[in-house]
Amino acid sequence: MSASPRKTDIGPPHYEQFLPPIIKKNYGKWLYHENPRPGVLVHVAESGDKLYSVRAGTPRILNVKTIRLFADLADKYCGGHLRFTSRNNVEFLLTDESKIDALIEELHDLGFPVGGTGNAISAIVHTQGWVHCHSAATDASGVVKSLMDELYPHFVNMDLPAKLRIAFACCLNMCGAVHCSDIAILGVHTRVPEIDHANLPKMCELPTLIASCPTGAIRPATVDGQQSIHIEEHLCMYCGNCFTVCPAVKINNAKTDGLSIWVGGKVSNARTEPKFSKLVIPFLPNNPPRWPETVEAVKHLVEVYAANARKYERMSEWVERIGWPRFFKLTGLPFTKYHIDDFTHAGETYKRSAQLKH
Amino acid sequence: MSEKKRETPLLDELEKGPWPSFVRELKKSADTPVIQDLLGQLERSYEEHLGHWKHGGIVGVMGYGGGVIGRYSDLPEEFPHIAHFHTMRVNQPAGWFYTSDALRKICDIWEAHGSGITNMHGSTGDIILLGTTTDQLEPVFSKLTEIGFDLGGSGSDMRTPSACCGPARCEWACYDTLAAVYDFTQSYQDELHRPAFPYKYKLKFAGCPNDCVASVARADMSFIGTWKDDIQMDAEQVRQYAASGTVDIQKDVCERCPTRCMSWDGTNLTIDNSECVKCMHCINVMPKALRPGKERGCTVLIGAKAPIVGGALLSSVFVPFIEMEPPYSDLKELLEAIWDLWSEHGKNRERVGEFIQRVGLGNFLEQIGLEPVPEMIAHPRTNPYIFFGEELHEKQA
Ligand code: SF4
Ligand code: SF4
Ligand code: SF4
Ligand code: SF4
Repeated sequence: MSASPRKTDIGPPHYEQFLPPIIKKNYGKWLYHENPRPGVLVHVAESGDKLYSVRAGTPRILNVKTIRLFADLADKYCGGHLRFTSRNNVEFLLTDESKIDALIEELHDLGFPVGGTGNAISAIVHTQGWVHCHSAATDASGVVKSLMDELYPHFVNMDLPAKLRIAFACCLNMCGAVHCSDIAILGVHTRVPEIDHANLPKMCELPTLIASCPTGAIRPATVDGQQSIHIEEHLCMYCGNCFTVCPAVKINNAKTDGLSIWVGGKVSNARTEPKFSKLVIPFLPNNPPRWPETVEAVKHLVEVYAANARKYERMSEWVERIGWPRFFKLTGLPFTKYHIDDFTHAGETYKRSAQLKH
Repeated sequence: MSEKKRETPLLDELEKGPWPSFVRELKKSADTPVIQDLLGQLERSYEEHLGHWKHGGIVGVMGYGGGVIGRYSDLPEEFPHIAHFHTMRVNQPAGWFYTSDALRKICDIWEAHGSGITNMHGSTGDIILLGTTTDQLEPVFSKLTEIGFDLGGSGSDMRTPSACCGPARCEWACYDTLAAVYDFTQSYQDELHRPAFPYKYKLKFAGCPNDCVASVARADMSFIGTWKDDIQMDAEQVRQYAASGTVDIQKDVCERCPTRCMSWDGTNLTIDNSECVKCMHCINVMPKALRPGKERGCTVLIGAKAPIVGGALLSSVFVPFIEMEPPYSDLKELLEAIWDLWSEHGKNRERVGEFIQRVGLGNFLEQIGLEPVPEMIAHPRTNPYIFFGEELHEKQA
């Protein structure tokens, strides 16, 4: 027996071993960069060295067979060096400009489009959905695939007024920065959870369950002689917190779960401060495999934005300039009572002045 | 494999179209029973509009409380090969840089011991290995550590910190994000692997106010690079941008500056740097002509989170400016003070942003031992309901 001792807490490998020689040489000494064509960045160092990054979109779910294909491409074109972006794109790091075209062609032939830089739609960051999560009101990968098939021209071109960041989350847990995106798509529940009284006492701790509800809608109750809970319907906003701590409180509902759409969030500080996305479509039906209503709605929002925003205006800056009344007019979206906040700080969202456009 | 292929007419629709297809990715391993069952269950979800995963149970590798998400099918008789389908989170290298060799090694491990399906990467930044059985967790873990990788966080622990590519490839990085994320991750391996907090705690390192890792939206502690002195300008390059016609300096730069602190007379661009809020706009538009200043560091913000439980928050200013030099002792002291206070007084599943809202930023600062400064607020309070408390009462006595 020569088993090596079990290693723990070694942490991630040191990044330096993965950096290509050109990066090691010019680390912290980059002078400027340009975006000569969609999906290609060139970073120029003080030394005059040039690093070319070729960015391709991926479906986030990657088979190891595909990762090996990327590894082979990296060996062939860039000494085995590649990286991934925070939006699930893969980037190949080249020093030889003359190899770019061939790499792009190979990526295209393998089905991975090159783009997502500059004033474009980059890949949609998203969550697990029905592929791997218990909370999902809808699938993630399927909606995103359906959307990107339609928005594809905006990934491979740079024809928008500014960059447009789209994010998707399949429930209110919002794994990912969905709440600060130019366009956010969010899976929503619309019904009070169904309580499995028979199993609840076995599966869940009552105090934890009661404390989990942000609105205090959950009350202890005796049902059929057993300790269980009762949910005050008028206090429930279907957030699913109770389900997170107790599987016997079932929030998922095949008939009534759906999707909502939010716009005008951002995380960068450029020009305006970071801000949350705001609700524009409270509910769209859950309609696999292609979610046509959601795809149409997002495409429409992108088109209205592209046609009306000025150069450098992100979604939020455009809406702020024209004002929300005009946004709803231009997009033709109905404004309803659901658009008006009624949670903790709701009052801060009311318009409290007579400054209106007529 | 003797099992027959499952029919997936709905999922097959998602193989069509120009965007790369996740269904195609799954089907690349269609010859394995695991993927057959995964496709089968997913098709069922598409038919029924309902997910078929149960809550995660407590599974993991020996000595760790985080890094593995237990996942079980709620249709185990029909889809036995995914009855257990746990996720492993693997701590990504800083900035998501890889060599082809390192990736191949991870692929080989995951093909031998798991589904062969990954996410590159998960929302927090880890490599996500999607789907294996409980008995395979230890073998995967030991093989990962042999090639120098370790698990990331999950549950109520410090989650896997992440960073933008920083000085490795970005001329705007105001500090070394890769060095910082590596240092903090290594310093807090225990907090990463053994959940002991009220809830999760995320650290994100962005090299400049463009915040490419969305730290302001997602991190309990956001380290956003910035500078104090004047924007570096190459006046000749400014004129070149003007001459090239690609940038209208008056309209695209001066008029879009949030503080209107720039002026352009057709030949010279002048910046009143004392008014600049370091928003990055002008630098983003003219990267050849303008660069962040030389006196660099970061702004630390705290408390961002998604809606669950008490509503979404953006992080807010905690330290307006601090230099980012290893070993980052001042910052680590602050971080540990926050963890101590929050661990003692935070409620179960209360993120630090919600904790601060509950106890008040003023009280929080007092406990941490940090002086309040006006950079921390959008404006002073507008209501007169002031808890003066003992401190003032004693002074008056
Ligand atoms: S957003 Fe909700 S349903 Fe989707 S992966 Fe996260 S927790 Fe699961
Ligand atoms: S869904 Fe949310 S609001 Fe409704 S009972 Fe559960 S925790 Fe409370
Ligand atoms: S956050 Fe700033 S420094 Fe980091 S990659 Fe983005 S632009 Fe560059
Ligand atoms: S960084 Fe922003 S605030 Fe500062 S001068 Fe440039 S545009 Fe104006």
